[in-house]
Amino acid sequence: MQLYDMPDARGHFGQFGGTFVAETLVEALEDLRIMYEKYRHDPEFLAEYAYDLKHFVGRPSPIYHAKRLSDKIGGAQIYLKREDLNHTGAHKINNTIGQALLAKRMGKPRVIAETGAGQHGVATATIAARLGLECVVYMGSEDVKRQAPNVFRMKLLGATVVPVESGSKTLKDALNEAMRDWVTNVHNTFYIIGTVAGPHPYPMMVRDFQAVIGIEAKEQMMEMVGRQPDAIVACVGGGSNAMGIFYPYIDVPNVRLIGVEAGGLGMETGQHAAPLTANSPVGVLHGNRTYLMQDADGNIIETHSISAGLDYPGVGPEHAWLKDIKRAEYVAITDDEAMAAFHNLCRTEGIIPALESSHALAHAEKMAKTMHKDQIILVNLSGRGDKDINTVAKLANITL
Amino acid sequence: MSRIQSVFATLKQQGKTALIPYITAGDPHPKHTVNLLHTLVKHGADMIELGVPFSDPMADGPVIQRASERALAHKVGLTAVLAMVKEFRQTNQTTPIILMGYANPIEAIGAMAFADRAKAADVDGVITVDYPPEECGEFVKELRARDIDPVFLLSPTTEPERVDLIVKQASGFVYYVSLKGVTGAANLDIIEVTKRVASIRGQTSLPVGVGFGIRDAATAKATAAIADAVVVGSRMVQVIEASTDENLLSNVAKLMDELKTAVDAA
Repeated sequence: MQLYDMPDARGHFGQFGGTFVAETLVEALEDLRIMYEKYRHDPEFLAEYAYDLKHFVGRPSPIYHAKRLSDKIGGAQIYLKREDLNHTGAHKINNTIGQALLAKRMGKPRVIAETGAGQHGVATATIAARLGLECVVYMGSEDVKRQAPNVFRMKLLGATVVPVESGSKTLKDALNEAMRDWVTNVHNTFYIIGTVAGPHPYPMMVRDFQAVIGIEAKEQMMEMVGRQPDAIVACVGGGSNAMGIFYPYIDVPNVRLIGVEAGGLGMETGQHAAPLTANSPVGVLHGNRTYLMQDADGNIIETHSISAGLDYPGVGPEHAWLKDIKRAEYVAITDDEAMAAFHNLCRTEGIIPALESSHALAHAEKMAKTMHKDQIILVNLSGRGDKDINTVAKLANITL
Repeated sequence: MSRIQSVFATLKQQGKTALIPYITAGDPHPKHTVNLLHTLVKHGADMIELGVPFSDPMADGPVIQRASERALAHKVGLTAVLAMVKEFRQTNQTTPIILMGYANPIEAIGAMAFADRAKAADVDGVITVDYPPEECGEFVKELRARDIDPVFLLSPTTEPERVDLIVKQASGFVYYVSLKGVTGAANLDIIEVTKRVASIRGQTSLPVGVGFGIRDAATAKATAAIADAVVVGSRMVQVIEASTDENLLSNVAKLMDELKTAVDAA
């Protein structure tokens, strides 16, 4: 039985979450909330969603025992939930399918999305192509430059990619621009948000669509080892892959839930994207209240991470809540630590992980060393690293 | 009676519509802001909306986004804006100043501390774009306890039941955003606006201001005929953006004179 019952009817997780938007969007969010309530338990909707997850995405994603890695570290056994094996290469597709099916039912012929590294943009463009929806993706112009292959993938899939020139020209600005589009075109447009942030019902809805990760893991762990892991580790930018694997485990006792934020150049430098670890103040951005990296005047400060997908100044409101009630723990891993874990997995297991997921791997390695050989850490390997090879090559001064 | 309420009462007696220009504090440079405020008053502003720069102005179009960026480049945040209002008040105790901005700068200092500091600076009203009434009960209470008017936006998508909810929280006036979209977008559909303003008037005795899409004498005049206040934002900021230090005040004065004549002729 699920005892944990969050958010409340208006999307609050304690003091976090909510619906902090301009008046023009209130009605659209109310429509979305009603439609989601209507379909979230609708057998036909759920069957269509499950069908696509199985036949289009290739779910269930396996759990893999990283034995050589575990032996090399010499502590707890590390298991990987292989979201990197999904169609499009990351967990993002679980959510875009759910939202796109909802868009179709709401009669919206046009979908928009924001993207940082481009994974959510690609996942949105993919499902839009599959369902015949017009697709516009907003992407910071800095990210457009850094992630050229993903920009091209989106274009191949028929999407329009709009470079965003305002602010820091990264993920948060792409989100601002997508919101502006939505305010203007709310009559025919569905905004597919990629993470567990934004105004209610997005944090709840995205969590629910990603919860398939944890639901599968629970069954798979029983089949593989006859018990649940001692700890689950996942990276947190906005926090959708982490919420997806954490959520079904919230009521399971004795399973530690650990979110790994981007420590960038080190917490002491201020050049990071780890609002939870840094104990940043609470504020309001992108429609919800949460911990936010900001200056004394309440302006959002620029973040840094080697991984574009974690480079976000806020965090999903449910993570803020789980931190406050101490159900989940949050730590940070630096760029260098993540890079080392990236190479380690490549060489010991033959898996190239995304730089985002490498943060979770790095922390799992640290933890494993302090644990017994019969203990288990389950890492959510949220994406594959093919998209990151240019970044990694550049760091090593290699021209591809 | 608050300063905003008394200005509306006086104008009503005279059969006039209020002209409310918007500028972003600190744009193009903080040294100009107080002078700009006085120029606006001298050339017909009945009240002024003063934008608080924010790093992520999600409801604004490119014109006001750029104004925010220019101001932030000079580190103009909420504290600096309140200091500007205080300075303006040294020589003007009559023109209402309405702060317009986003929730996070207020969250950063807390609702109660903000209300105290706004009162100390003699601010008259506050519009917070991303504080819908459901999320800001405490904030509204703090403002009203200090006779500061919380001004709320109504949009073309706001259903009548919601208008009821909003006008219960609002005081001073309500601000009808005449089109969907961000500030500075598209043109205004005066027939549609007329219908909506009439319907809002059926639900509240608060004055109704109209903004978004008013960019010249003709649209100002048409709007003034149906509204209690006409708000001009992006057009004003465009003129500021296109000006030099030398012609800034005269360009703003010229636009204000045109708008004032149009509003008074309605």
